[in-house]
Amino acid sequence: MMPQALLEHGFLLAGALFALGLIGVMVRRNILFILLSIEIMLNASGLAFVAAGARWGQPDGQVMFIFILAMAAAEVSVGLALVIRLYHVFKSLDADCASRMKG
Amino acid sequence: MNITFYLTAVVAVISTFMVITRRNAVHALLYLVVSLLSVALIFLILGAPFIAALEVIIYAGAIMVLFVFVIMMLNLGPQSVAQEGQLLSPGIWVGPVILTALLSGELLYVLLRTPGRVFNITTVSPKLVGMALMGPYVLGVELASMLLLAGLVGAYHLGRKDRSDGGAS
Repeated sequence: MMPQALLEHGFLLAGALFALGLIGVMVRRNILFILLSIEIMLNASGLAFVAAGARWGQPDGQVMFIFILAMAAAEVSVGLALVIRLYHVFKSLDADCASRMKG
Repeated sequence: MNITFYLTAVVAVISTFMVITRRNAVHALLYLVVSLLSVALIFLILGAPFIAALEVIIYAGAIMVLFVFVIMMLNLGPQSVAQEGQLLSPGIWVGPVILTALLSGELLYVLLRTPGRVFNITTVSPKLVGMALMGPYVLGVELASMLLLAGLVGAYHLGRKDRSDGGAS
């Protein structure tokens, strides 16, 4: 396969996965599924970086993927801690429970 | 060899679609692991073997285990016991098993077909990635380490038990 076609199809796949993740964030109201959809979107953007890096044979795309991976790990640890707090306070995983600010 | 890329892409899209349409969180996690494995195979096809290994180890391994831990900690009561029995019925696991069997078949095909270069794309070796990471991107590595430390402290602060006088949170 020509590298150009591989790049274009890799971008198409990354766009499709990102769109699915975005739909998940907008449609689902369970906060656990919102976090899963955010993971899907981060993974899709990493796929776009790696595809672009593979097109020119440079390691920069893979370096960016490693940074995205570190960011996703930090994000998911704080996000899941917030999910546990939310469940203890509201006894529910519905994101709409927490739509009001206090004070 | 084009067919492996497209087949893997189809598996990734199908499993991701199943993730956002499941009602049960554990079933969604099962499909998300399949989706991450297929993206790892795409990284292998794109000539990034180091990133493919990282995807399997960190995303499909560590981050998914975090999600499983949280689902266990939430302890959703008798409803979860019913789910446990439901998980053994073939309707639940047959979808992920079919998709994963497709992926492993492709992997065997790629590994057994020709030793050496299956795809005419230049493989970027882990050595090059490491040299770039510790060379021009070393400031980014330091920033990522600080971000991980902040994530650790934040998760500890949010996850500890609430004091009765309301001093925490």
